[in-house]
Amino acid sequence: MKAVVVVFPGTNRERDVAAAIVRAGGKAEFVWHDETALPRADLIVLPGGFAHGDYLRCGAMAARSAVIPEVIRRAGAGVPVLGICNGFQVLTETGLLPGALLRNAGLKFICRDVHLRVETVRSGFTQAYAQGQVLRVPVAHHDGNYFADADTIARLKDEDRVAFRYCDADGAITAAANPNGSLENIAGILNERRNVLGMMPHPENLTDPAQGGTDGLGLFRSLVETVA
Amino acid sequence: MKARVHITLKTGVLDPQGKAIGKALGTLGFEGVGEVRQGKLIEIELAETDPARAEASVRDMCEKLLANTVIEKYDVELVG
Repeated sequence: MKAVVVVFPGTNRERDVAAAIVRAGGKAEFVWHDETALPRADLIVLPGGFAHGDYLRCGAMAARSAVIPEVIRRAGAGVPVLGICNGFQVLTETGLLPGALLRNAGLKFICRDVHLRVETVRSGFTQAYAQGQVLRVPVAHHDGNYFADADTIARLKDEDRVAFRYCDADGAITAAANPNGSLENIAGILNERRNVLGMMPHPENLTDPAQGGTDGLGLFRSLVETVA
Repeated sequence: MKARVHITLKTGVLDPQGKAIGKALGTLGFEGVGEVRQGKLIEIELAETDPARAEASVRDMCEKLLANTVIEKYDVELVG
């Protein structure tokens, strides 16, 4: 499985995600944001960071980069696209995923481990997990408060497109387990075709025992298994 | 010609920064302060001299970049 990781000025998790892909048995190559063509890719990753300093809105500048029309074209052709944290913000700004990420309800930058419940295993990103499995992975963001209008939220639920929700250690979806005010505790969503995933937490940062856990590895294993 | 673009969160979208500002105003003793909403002001200098064309162009900028119309609304004001 060969992944192309798009790097913007201000991206800072590209190496973390590349290492996670390699650990799962894949290969990763970096591509700079002003390229208009992409090499062959089984997966496109928009990694975490602060692309263009989060100027104007998080992800706004990155979503208008030269490389983005090609990312949109590949997504339309069925290539899996994974946006983590800032990458999720970019995906909503491009329109590949619905909704938007607002400032955290508590106004603070949050950097700590959270628990996530796997809400659907019907995707190339989550099939290696068990339905309802509870994962522990870190979040590190200031603007991760997922918002969409009521119709969009209803559609995401009806179509089984909520991939992850914030939960407590036992898997209960509670207000106390919601770190940022996201509607319905939503931490990650899929597009209609289920080949684009955006999520705020960082599964790439818990993929090696040296990082304190490997709960995030399943996502990359899923991709390697389904794409290879 | 110059355009001023005011961008604010749509009604119903939580504005935690606005809420924090409102709370701080209350702490300072300002009474009668209702809801506070925070937004952005962007000023753009334009070569265009026709007001209708200038406004149309700035609205296009808002739709394509300046505002995220999922959560934000915008007002365009032409000055000078």
